[in-house]
Amino acid sequence: MKEEDRLEEKNPIEGLLRMDRIPHIWCPGCGIGTVVTSFADALKKTDLDLDKVAVVSGIGCTGRVAGYIKLDSFHTTHGRAIPYATGLKLASPGTKVVVFSGDGDLTGIGGNHFIHAARRNMDLVVICVNNFNYAMTGGQVASTTPKTANASTAPYGNFEGAFSLPYLADAAGATYVARWTALHLRRVSKSIEEALNRKGFSFIEVITPCVTLYARRNRLGSGLNLLKYYYDKSEIRHGADTRDLEITFQGKLTVGKFIERERETFLDAMNSHLSHVLGDDYQLYGRCFDD
Amino acid sequence: MKKLKTDPKGVLTGSHYLDGDYALAEGALAAGCRFFAGYPITPSTETAERFSERIPYVGGVFIQMEDELASIAALIGAVWGGQKVMTVTSGPGFSLMMENLGLACMQETPLVIANVQRGGPSTGLPTMTGQQDMMQAKYGSHGDYEIIALSPDSPQECFDLAIEAFNLSETYRVPTLIMTDECVGHMHEKVVIPEADKIEVVERKWYTGPKGEYLPYKLDDDGIPFLTKVGQGHRFHTTGLTRDERGYPDLNAERQKIVVTHLIEKIRGNADKIIKLEEDQIENADVVVVSYGITSRVAVRAVQQAREAGLKVGTMRLITVWPFPEKRIKELAPHVKAFVVPELNYGQIVREVERSAWGKTKVVSVPHCAGWVHDPADILQAIKEAAK
Amino acid sequence: MTDIRFSGLGGQGVIRCGLISGKALSLYDDKHATMTQSFGPEARGSACSSQLVVSDDRVLYPYIATPSILVSMSQEAYEKYVPELGKGGTLVVDEDLVKLKKVRDDVTVYAVPSTRFAEELGNRIIANLVMLGFFTAVTKIVSPEAMKKALPGLVPERFLDLNIKAFDKGLAHGEKVLKEKK
Repeated sequence: MKEEDRLEEKNPIEGLLRMDRIPHIWCPGCGIGTVVTSFADALKKTDLDLDKVAVVSGIGCTGRVAGYIKLDSFHTTHGRAIPYATGLKLASPGTKVVVFSGDGDLTGIGGNHFIHAARRNMDLVVICVNNFNYAMTGGQVASTTPKTANASTAPYGNFEGAFSLPYLADAAGATYVARWTALHLRRVSKSIEEALNRKGFSFIEVITPCVTLYARRNRLGSGLNLLKYYYDKSEIRHGADTRDLEITFQGKLTVGKFIERERETFLDAMNSHLSHVLGDDYQLYGRCFDD
Repeated sequence: MKKLKTDPKGVLTGSHYLDGDYALAEGALAAGCRFFAGYPITPSTETAERFSERIPYVGGVFIQMEDELASIAALIGAVWGGQKVMTVTSGPGFSLMMENLGLACMQETPLVIANVQRGGPSTGLPTMTGQQDMMQAKYGSHGDYEIIALSPDSPQECFDLAIEAFNLSETYRVPTLIMTDECVGHMHEKVVIPEADKIEVVERKWYTGPKGEYLPYKLDDDGIPFLTKVGQGHRFHTTGLTRDERGYPDLNAERQKIVVTHLIEKIRGNADKIIKLEEDQIENADVVVVSYGITSRVAVRAVQQAREAGLKVGTMRLITVWPFPEKRIKELAPHVKAFVVPELNYGQIVREVERSAWGKTKVVSVPHCAGWVHDPADILQAIKEAAK
Repeated sequence: MTDIRFSGLGGQGVIRCGLISGKALSLYDDKHATMTQSFGPEARGSACSSQLVVSDDRVLYPYIATPSILVSMSQEAYEKYVPELGKGGTLVVDEDLVKLKKVRDDVTVYAVPSTRFAEELGNRIIANLVMLGFFTAVTKIVSPEAMKKALPGLVPERFLDLNIKAFDKGLAHGEKVLKEKK
């Protein structure tokens, strides 16, 4: 290949990827890559010092994002990305910490951490790629699998109810909640940018096809079709009541920015409360840690 | 709680009447720990309470997490955020922490966990003592790894060993456990806290090389890689997967061999430097009583009585339980009639003694099902039998 | 070596008695004192106790089997612990709360109406301080100065004066009783 051709094919977000780890492990038609692109796009648009942005992932297909993003990045254990990120953020308040993981990781095994971080309004940007199943391990049923959908551990169809993640996040106290599909590239990017530019627990759910497992098992067609299908099935309703956001099998998807509210973050609350109660004796936290 | 009178570094210099749980917190603060994430559990809760009272005055974070899974995950994250970190727990919480104890070993993050042991299994005896987690401390997480575990026998030693634990943990980039128990945790004694300047604190081995060239797992000459923290522009990566020097996943048997060998040998290879023992009248002893923590203070009564009865009894107190002092046991084995090993479990560390004695001498277990300490008479009886 | 057991009902402050005495001995009287306690749900309500091992050298074995001094502030605690009192031991009781049964000849008994005195001072909650003052006087194991120095931090600051008053009342009564005994 000629040099100039190679340059043309250069990945548009190359500066933000660990090119020495590419090719990535994601299947053709998987939506995770497009969410990563939207994330990189958002990072470029913010004024943040990218040396001060960190990504924390758990385990699973989306859990691999931390491994490909060229920022300080942490690949942790299954379900524990949020508490790990909590420690990272609290120890280094000057760092913008992004949790990038999947639905199973964040709201199945990590569900308890998810609601508590939201309750505390921990200053984290949480990007959840929801593909309705456990993909890394072969398409098992998840806390997000819609009723009647088939999964390898629900071979006769899922009969459990599913979490509606924006509803869960809202109820637990998240201060920014949005949902998009992976094909809403610019909208996803815009939401991430908004989240990066604010303080508090921001939650962005991105509906993404798992072509290899969920789609094949449920005979939903191939990659681009499904991306397009979700996109076409979606209806943008900003500010929609989060109680009305349930996802049914192949039903319509309500997307948009649902919640944006102000509330003291954990650290701000800690500093303001303890300053109030203890007065000058309180050692204001964060002062000596930002370098 | 009012602000306590401390020196400018937050060290509670002076003489105090503290229990072991409080002394642990004071030791950690004196070692420079400014991040505590934990979950309340008897009989360790007082340490968390003490931290929550003290931390606002010294500049740091106390956070009560939603469970112990989260507590230790937050610690590891906070290490990469640049802090010295600690948590405290007991049996059921210790079990939950096993998951990310493995991650801390794999990511080589220095952190300190104190386990104020109680009787088990399961919920067991929440308010009563035990030493039943000694094997779990070493083998509780999956896979092959090494940790360091210390066992204090008094509130003073809770303070001293908390500092030691931080120092060891920083030196070897390894989780270090303080395996104490309810008796020591709730026992009050005088604790003398030196001036801050007189406390030897090992600082983190920070990477100081060029920006962007940091390799989290490249070994330095001493076999221990440098640490950095988030936000320094290195754009580094770390993972729980088997990884190369860059911290990138490298999933094959060859790399696995390098990683596992390193995790184990950095401790075993330095065992002589790490291990601390307290020996008494070992020379010419017929019987050596090997014990640790509260049990060594109970055994001492039996040993005194045995000596009064004319028996030649030596004692070895394991201040460091892991890595186990196998070399010393092996050295002594041919010269003694027996090792007697009382512990507040059904026989855990005795297996290590047995293994290390290589069949060269008798090893007698004095088990106990936990809940209370041994009756010294039982230990005396075992010593007498062993001396025959 | 002196082994002491403070006993009574949960809520009477018998753990506090051990703490104050232990702190006084360790920090201000140049002794070694190890305090242990029965802990947990059983420490509330029914008989509870704290144990103090006092020595000129480091305390090795931290528990007591046959205390040389038993302090009892309730009937139940007295009956539970008096059989273990060592030969030639000292028994200190609240005379209104403990009805003595047949006491061994070798045992010296000191009795104080600690709860009544405390009520006279305005609050029965400080009965344990009256008892401690009395205990200090009759056993002479610890100095009154050390005991008073040990109080800050172990009693609520705003009640410090009241606690000292209670201690002094017990102390004076103890000295009086000692004189009478002679």
